[in-house]
Amino acid sequence: MTTTPDQKTGNTGRLGDRIFFGLSWAGGATILAVLAFVAAFLVIQSLPAIMPETFGIGAQETSSFWSYVWPLTVGTVIASVIALTLATPVAIGVALFISHYVPRRFATSIGYLIDLLAAIPSVVYGAWGMLVLAPAMVPIYRWLHENLGFIPLFAADPTVTTTGRTILTSGVVLAVMVLPIITALCREIFLQVPKLHEEAALGLGATRWEMIKMTVFPFARAGIISSIMLALGRALGETMAVTMVLSAGGFSWSLVTSGANATIPSEIALNFPEAFGQRQAELIAAGLMLFIITLIVNVIARYIVNTHAKKAEGLS
Amino acid sequence: MSVQTHQRPKTQPESQHHRTPQIPPAQPQPPLAKRTSSSLIAHQKPAWVWAVAAACSMAVSLLLNSLVFGSLSWIGLGALASGLYVVSMYVITRVVEGRLEAADEFWRHLIWTAFFIALLPLVSVLWSVLSKGLPTLISHPALLVTDMHSVVGATDIATQDAGASLQGGILHGLVGTVLITVLASAISIPVGLLAAIYLTEYGKKNAFSRSIRFFVDVMTGIPSIVAGLFAFAGLTALTELVVGSSPQALQGVKTGAAAAIALSVLMIPVVVRSTEEMLQIVSNELREASYALGVRKWRTIIKVVLPTAMSGIASGITLAIARVTGETAPILVTAGYAAATNWNPFSEWMTALPVFIYRQLTNPTAPAASDPSTARAWAGALVLIVIVMGLNLGARAIAKHFAAKTAS
Amino acid sequence: MKFTRFYRGAVVGAIAAVSLAACSSDNADDGTAAAASGNLVGGGASSQEAAMTAWTDGVTEEHPELTVSYDPVGSGAGREGFIAGQYSFAGSDSAMDATEQEQACGDGSAFHVPSYISPVAVAFNLDGIDSLNLKPDTIAKIFAGEITSWDDAEIAEQNDDADLPDTDITVVHRSDESGTTENFTDYLNGAAGDVWTWDAAESFPDELTGESAQQTSGVVSLTSETDGAITYADASQIGGLSTVAVGVGDEYVEYSADAAAAAVETAEEDPESEGARILDRSTEQDGVYPIVMISYHIFCDQYQDEELAEQAKSFGKYVISEDGQAAAEESAGSAPISDTIREEGNERIDAITAG
Repeated sequence: MTTTPDQKTGNTGRLGDRIFFGLSWAGGATILAVLAFVAAFLVIQSLPAIMPETFGIGAQETSSFWSYVWPLTVGTVIASVIALTLATPVAIGVALFISHYVPRRFATSIGYLIDLLAAIPSVVYGAWGMLVLAPAMVPIYRWLHENLGFIPLFAADPTVTTTGRTILTSGVVLAVMVLPIITALCREIFLQVPKLHEEAALGLGATRWEMIKMTVFPFARAGIISSIMLALGRALGETMAVTMVLSAGGFSWSLVTSGANATIPSEIALNFPEAFGQRQAELIAAGLMLFIITLIVNVIARYIVNTHAKKAEGLS
Repeated sequence: MSVQTHQRPKTQPESQHHRTPQIPPAQPQPPLAKRTSSSLIAHQKPAWVWAVAAACSMAVSLLLNSLVFGSLSWIGLGALASGLYVVSMYVITRVVEGRLEAADEFWRHLIWTAFFIALLPLVSVLWSVLSKGLPTLISHPALLVTDMHSVVGATDIATQDAGASLQGGILHGLVGTVLITVLASAISIPVGLLAAIYLTEYGKKNAFSRSIRFFVDVMTGIPSIVAGLFAFAGLTALTELVVGSSPQALQGVKTGAAAAIALSVLMIPVVVRSTEEMLQIVSNELREASYALGVRKWRTIIKVVLPTAMSGIASGITLAIARVTGETAPILVTAGYAAATNWNPFSEWMTALPVFIYRQLTNPTAPAASDPSTARAWAGALVLIVIVMGLNLGARAIAKHFAAKTAS
Repeated sequence: MKFTRFYRGAVVGAIAAVSLAACSSDNADDGTAAAASGNLVGGGASSQEAAMTAWTDGVTEEHPELTVSYDPVGSGAGREGFIAGQYSFAGSDSAMDATEQEQACGDGSAFHVPSYISPVAVAFNLDGIDSLNLKPDTIAKIFAGEITSWDDAEIAEQNDDADLPDTDITVVHRSDESGTTENFTDYLNGAAGDVWTWDAAESFPDELTGESAQQTSGVVSLTSETDGAITYADASQIGGLSTVAVGVGDEYVEYSADAAAAAVETAEEDPESEGARILDRSTEQDGVYPIVMISYHIFCDQYQDEELAEQAKSFGKYVISEDGQAAAEESAGSAPISDTIREEGNERIDAITAG
């Protein structure tokens, strides 16, 4: 804890400080406690699936838990990677558009418009993806397959989709859903870039783009990564939209075949209602897996942020 | 905005022409050789170039579509046309004005394109919801004040086949969503804000705050149904401990409040993450100025730091609310599914609007006559969006009230 | 029917009293005690949701003091909650096994009442074709991906008059685990075991890639949008799709409420689960439609207190009564149960005790 400047403002002030510190500490502690409980819950509930020889209640048709869960894990990661690859550049572009390209009096209302995108419930995105987007993607997939079919991602396995309900479509819907998350946070951060820095850059004759490259991005780098991480969390954990859009299946590298991939959250949502006993444990164990993926991804992101922070310190 | 100031002085349109170097009238100079393009002399392309380029890219992509690709959908056409446009504008600017300007132009166009790309799905989604939901709402405003109590399949069959008026409504879902969301916000906003304050103002880089930061990120990856199951299992255990395990006690676990707890697990990380980010960019000079005036740390946080970051915090809270208002699975496991309106989140089952929408779409009240169910679902979706926008506006209004009057 | 609708709409108000009186006098014959009151909580299969809406509404007409809440969480979650004591009854598409029955209900044990019978139609969307005759082996080959075109010789052989196009077959199956899938795969396995080597399961075999959608409404709308698609779905929800007349023995049988009820009637009793039935999928009997889903209500034979026992009795009896089955047929399009099944169910429900 950093100490506050010791001002002799009497006991009430000190008491206020102490209470406020206590409250905010409690806020943090609550989060850790909740998370510990969730983790404990997940582990206890999924033990029968992870260690069937110890806890086995009725054998499952899948040979082992890992062979069951890895296609789901890879599917989840693929969908999220597609979503972030598509959404990140667009979202940062939109954030810049709002903060640096559009006159300020429009900026607020456009920002509001983007927040509106975040306000749309995932059920609606699911319905939209299923009814509007998926059919519109079919000709593109066919084209991709015909012209780029030699790449395994666009190869038919065994056929090209006729409905458009593929992992790639799910990725696009997820991209639309996480876009406002990245945009909203980046916009706020871009707006906080010290005006002096920007004007100094412009004063030296930089074009607007150079100014953005020189002042905005370095200032906002950590924040951009944070917002991407938040979006990634959403993409990994999104249930309803993917469930509605994707024709679930096993696993395939092909992005243009439907019924070939599945993600963990949609697998849980689709199968949990009818699950019982061992199967339920298996699904919760899949949830634990998702938890672990998020953990790993976050370790990596933290590492990146920290190296950047060190670099920035070294420069200044 | 100050960023406008960097633009090069515009030359008169009548003196502009492709590839002919022009001299700005303010700076009389001998004409340079044709091939050179001095950085001192800004060659401006005419103002109408973008329109021509846009029209050409559109025409070319249509042509390519009919000659090469066969049939691309509207998405493919749009992507092709905007790609061509951006590239052609870069080339034109590069030739007429120079490298730096071309880069600037290029990025400017990309950013504009990004904005329109983002707008596309928004318009498409909103259009779907409006076109499907609004007619129902206008012709059956009673939808808003009735619930599904005593609406059965036969009622819907009568509506669809015999032309009877649409019965039932979304009131129970409306009340449920508002109560559950408000309750969930009441739990997670204070916890989230306080935790974020601890992280930025007190904890900084100690082990405790590092672990909070890390685990908050992990928490964003909890699948929503797991949050629901967790809350339900936890509350059931608590009830068994405190009240006992009679059927009456166990059946009392499923309430709106239980759903609010489940949603808080999903909301808190979003609040913490976004708030922390916003508090971190409040410049330290502000804090130090406040300390220098003899203001206590807690007063500084409340009166200086929070107001400065308020607009960003409100955005984050909006995102958090939006994150949970669309949830169905955790609410179904924790709050049950009721057909009648329930105003008390602490007893009896409660239906939230997304649960209602989802169930009406997937399991219509009358399987053989699903149109009335679909109509109710889309009307519900429209109302849900309006509610979230309302909460959003509320958050912004509150933020404005507390925000620093001269933020940056 | 018109009258029912009329008084349903007018339950509030003075007319209610009259019609309620009429109802209770009807039921006096069945010997149902009208004393049940309070709120009965149950949960389970979402397949019953539409019928359940009709039942929860209808039961209050018969027992004005009784309300029933039903949580359509799914069969598995419903049975889980029933065993844990969170639900007083469960709705389930599949029967509990012996261990589950033991775990449930404390000292007592659980029993099943077949309450919701729904024929599963094999439905397809093919331009210009309204109906097809298909033998079980052919159906199995189509769903296993061995027959991939509609003008396949095997299909043509069974449909002399049909002018079959060379459209590719798109198989659409449920993406979520469901009782419907379990029933359909059980049928394929039972009637065409040589072709369909997979066991009956609540989810479609992973090895078969095909289009899939969520819930019955999802597969039906996907099939309706895709030319050449074929799926299996609750017959009440297939809308405008064409259906397959299924080969039984040498005949082809279209689905119908009677043919479905006949299948349940002729089914054997399940030795392991009290009250449950095992359908004979490879039956060769006339007029029996073998792809039928039976959804059960599961009750305890012993409840903790008098009130709960009375609630369960009243609701259980109402559901299988002629009124209850008619209400479900009208609202959800299910097939009413036969009298034999009803009598059996009533016997078991009457034996419910409190203690």
